[in-house]
Amino acid sequence: MTNKKNSSAIQRRLIPTYIFLIIVSFISVFPLYWMIAAATNRSVDVARGKITFGSYALENFQNLTSQTDLWGALGNSFLYAIVQTVVALFICSLAGFGFELYHDKGKDKVFSILLLAMMIPQVATMIPLFKMISSAGLLNTVWAFILPSISTPFLIMMFRQNSRNFPIDIMEAARLDGLSEFQIYFRMYMPVMKSTYAAAAVITFMNAWNAYLWPKVVMADTRAQTMPMLIANLASGYTVDYGMLMMGVLFCSIPTMIIFFVLQKQFAEGITGSVK
Amino acid sequence: MAPAAIMIAVFSFWPMVQAFITSFTTGTGVNQKMADPIFYNYTRMFADRTFLRSVGNTFLYLAIEVPVMLVLAILLAQLLNNRDLKCRGLFRTMVFLPCATSLVSYALIFKSLFALDGLINTIFVNLGILETNYNFLGNTGSARAIIIIALIWRWTGYNMVFYLAGLQNIEYSVYEAAKIDGANGWKTFWKITVPLLMPTIVMTVIMSINGTLQLFDESVNLTQGGPAYSTMTMSHYIYNNAFGQGVGKFGYASAMSFFIFILVAILSAISMKVGDNRD
Repeated sequence: MTNKKNSSAIQRRLIPTYIFLIIVSFISVFPLYWMIAAATNRSVDVARGKITFGSYALENFQNLTSQTDLWGALGNSFLYAIVQTVVALFICSLAGFGFELYHDKGKDKVFSILLLAMMIPQVATMIPLFKMISSAGLLNTVWAFILPSISTPFLIMMFRQNSRNFPIDIMEAARLDGLSEFQIYFRMYMPVMKSTYAAAAVITFMNAWNAYLWPKVVMADTRAQTMPMLIANLASGYTVDYGMLMMGVLFCSIPTMIIFFVLQKQFAEGITGSVK
Repeated sequence: MAPAAIMIAVFSFWPMVQAFITSFTTGTGVNQKMADPIFYNYTRMFADRTFLRSVGNTFLYLAIEVPVMLVLAILLAQLLNNRDLKCRGLFRTMVFLPCATSLVSYALIFKSLFALDGLINTIFVNLGILETNYNFLGNTGSARAIIIIALIWRWTGYNMVFYLAGLQNIEYSVYEAAKIDGANGWKTFWKITVPLLMPTIVMTVIMSINGTLQLFDESVNLTQGGPAYSTMTMSHYIYNNAFGQGVGKFGYASAMSFFIFILVAILSAISMKVGDNRD
């Protein structure tokens, strides 16, 4: 009885908190709701301030597919993001594995130097990288997109930190059983580190999907363009078809939204990543 | 391990060296030659009003957005860490949701919302706050404000996740002990939460500074840097110089990008020093 009274008193005291959180949540969600609603309305209705769902989704979609190469850009974005994720995870996990489990003074030093690379802004390396990629004849290829970002200090650090929990005794036992170091990596390390892989995959995929500056530099060919580039081009004209634009934005957001809702825990782990 | 280290060397350190060398050259595209005098690009940079303006803009965003966003993020994390609160998971998900949109997407959503014929104008006019539609993105003050609002919208939840993770490492009993000792919410916040979260706070400050100094997508897609360069960020200006239509001033752009690199390094070093004085 007293307990119940107590808890309702606590809830009453929390009313301002609830109101504040509801306001913040509304502000957080509304622009996204509006984007989806606008994707189903005609441009004039959107401009007139309609915020409920309309019946022009199909028309907006048809406009979008006829005026832009939606499927091409979607395909490109998926291709680049998946290739980047797979390659980056392989390289960085191998590095994190090596740096932690075979560490000595020299390697620790190398690692701390590598961490400095986190400070380097993207714009600073953009021009030399562009020259490198273009002289290698790789412009507008998947390699141009992924090469600068498949080995990142952030991911290596994430794998390295999380490798701390890896039981080293098992490795010794495995060596005695005659497993090679690569076999240890593939058969033991990878299964044990599954959750780190999942978090790293989510964050890498998201970053690759959302990349804009770098693709804008090296993927100038329309056939190589990604979803963010496609929607940015849609919005750059003088008159903007809001319905169609928001349909494009919706398509650009669906994959990341799905990942967000399905793998929210991994996503949160991925961004907080190496902070433990 | 070796391949990863080599790749970072090839794709981060080596380009940095190259950028440094390029920053002493002039000319466009393939016709690069050493600048004469050697610091030409650097002296030119500090006489370039547009560049100085982009630096000013970037720092304005930095000075307003980072503190507001981080305070809001800590506050939200603190509120959401309360065990008596119902629907915690739901609130958390909603505040975190903006992170699921790509930078270009949210820039375009905000651009459309604040457009001359956008929803915000419609609402304001109907409510009688505005007489006629106001060109939010066409006026310096409001355009800057919108970029800042958009940034706060997109990144608050992101930072909140760091703080929530940090708060979960603080034993709940510490709070209960504080409550028994008669500390109110405000006191608990300053005496317990903030000090224990200090490492996380330092990290988010560094990340936010780093991110804000490199702002690009928002400047390009929300306002195109306009009106009259008044919202353009440094990265946007550098991009325009290097890859804008028919320019290719690689030397000058490299010099400016080296300037950003130094800024990032200095500001990160300062925030690390400030955060480190606890021991």
